[in-house]
Amino acid sequence: MLKQIEGSKAMAEGIALCRPEVICAYPITPQTHIVEGLGDLVKDGSLTNCEFINVESEFAALSVAIGASAAGARAYTATASQGLLFMMEAVYNAAGLGLPIVMTLGNRAIGAPINIWNDHSDAMAVRDAGWLQLFAETNQEAVDLHIQAFRIAEELSMPVMVNVDGFILTHAVERVDIPDQDNVDAFLPSYEPVQVLDPDEPASIGAMVGPEAFTEVKYLAHYKQTQALRLITKVAGEYRTRFGRDSGGLVRTYRTQDAETIVVAMGSVCGTIKDTIDEMRDEGYPIGLVTIVSYRPFPSAALRNALAGAKDIVVVEKAISVGMGGPLAIDVDEALRNLPHAPQLHSAVAGLGGRPILKASLHRLFREAVVQPWEGTQFLDLNVRVVGREIHRSAKTRRSGPTAEALLRQLAAEERDSAEKGRL
Amino acid sequence: MFEVRVHGRGGQGVVTAAEMLSVAAFQEGRHAQAFPSFGSERTGAPVVAFCRIADREIRLREPVTEPDCLIVQDPTLFKVVDVFAGLKPKGFLIVNSHKSFAELEIEEVARRLPPGHAVTVPASDIAKRHVGRPLPNAALLGAFAALTELVRFDSVRHAIEEAFPGRIGAVNIAAAEEAHVHVVATEHAAGVGDHAATL
Repeated sequence: MLKQIEGSKAMAEGIALCRPEVICAYPITPQTHIVEGLGDLVKDGSLTNCEFINVESEFAALSVAIGASAAGARAYTATASQGLLFMMEAVYNAAGLGLPIVMTLGNRAIGAPINIWNDHSDAMAVRDAGWLQLFAETNQEAVDLHIQAFRIAEELSMPVMVNVDGFILTHAVERVDIPDQDNVDAFLPSYEPVQVLDPDEPASIGAMVGPEAFTEVKYLAHYKQTQALRLITKVAGEYRTRFGRDSGGLVRTYRTQDAETIVVAMGSVCGTIKDTIDEMRDEGYPIGLVTIVSYRPFPSAALRNALAGAKDIVVVEKAISVGMGGPLAIDVDEALRNLPHAPQLHSAVAGLGGRPILKASLHRLFREAVVQPWEGTQFLDLNVRVVGREIHRSAKTRRSGPTAEALLRQLAAEERDSAEKGRL
Repeated sequence: MFEVRVHGRGGQGVVTAAEMLSVAAFQEGRHAQAFPSFGSERTGAPVVAFCRIADREIRLREPVTEPDCLIVQDPTLFKVVDVFAGLKPKGFLIVNSHKSFAELEIEEVARRLPPGHAVTVPASDIAKRHVGRPLPNAALLGAFAALTELVRFDSVRHAIEEAFPGRIGAVNIAAAEEAHVHVVATEHAAGVGDHAATL
């Protein structure tokens, strides 16, 4: 059913269609309306056979989901940002134990400095934990990915994280087609656990494993993720057949045929990039986009196929591995490494801590990659003047004080100056 | 594509206004996207929300920097925020005030726009009469429908009903209706001809 609906509410409705049996949540910032919406659906009786548990922290939220999943229940939770970090130990445990929990990450930055806005820092902080990580481009895809996520998670017995851009998607009201219950039921069979804590057949989950088998356990987790590459494609195909929509999969291409420059990105920024590409195509630039939907497992082969013919690749990402550069660019580089005529890779970090990624800036960036390529990582729309002044200022004195406060003072002073100029 | 930027203060229903407008456009089979300018929302702090309306899928996720229409819910913002930034030369302007543009000292901005593209509406006063509180958002949507003719009043009515079922919705619809009539009458008195917005 077509609805004009807030992203979080749409996701709540989509998740409810998956008939979760346990939902645990810690309902304060950085939480979204998703669990609030699910709480409403449990309370008003639309979502039956589901226990909604308000827990005392994010650590407890995922720990309860782990317990529920180990006891054979379909378990769901959601978090973001510092909340994800607070549950970090449980994030690794859920994956290490192979429990098919689905968790939404309403992607946001991680402090310090304190920042509640969108970027992908939180997702990157857990990229090595062993969860599958899928990224939604639109709220429609966010709904669809959750339905696919339960299917993938349970078939593999691995946890899946659905990444949706905090605020940009979670708080946007737009058109979403909410699937009907019968179709979701047919697509997603009831949960058949591969391991379960059952008093009638006592077993333990979570053994201590020494050097004799730790490598093998890890290898099997990695092996499962490589198997997931095929499963993710298959599930997206079945989803298309049943629901008539292209959602999910490993990567999606947009106007890449004959493209000499190809942009690689994840999440909602792909929409703005597509509009930019259309405008550049109208001007005669051969440019296209590859959207990465599955970040873990990383679709190296699919990506290599999609990028092989291009001359220049521009990776635009909302995260920074401090001291190294863009983490997605590093992964894309790995996919291209052994190509005989590998395209040139240009890495750009954009949209950190909620800075809007503007079409005008992308126009500049994509042109610059071809005519005036930069070294290392470019920070899109970096305020070079402020950064330069701060480097100079802090070098002058030992006790230069905290950086964040100094930058804010500088910006406030600039604003005062320009206001005064306006009055003159 | 038609892009709207709503300015107001926390507590005035700025975000809800953009959302209801998107629902009204959706009612008419159009694509619409509403989103707030994200921040820690506090009562009284300047707030901005956006709404895009188009006949095809809206992929763009940047904030609206060059609006086709500005809705200003609080005229005290003119001194605090650069409200008019980027307003298109053929854009529309709706200001919540019982004063004229001249009295608000923004006559120059209004005059630069085509005839029939700018209007002040006493939306807070209207809301106080119907809703009992000075919440101008629904009334301003009624004014938007009258000024731009981009959505039908009936769609606005439906969007308000969806957001506020029952009595609250009914009184807000009454406020929207009065603001709608007010704008139609103002336009008629000014003798401006056809000025409907297009996508």
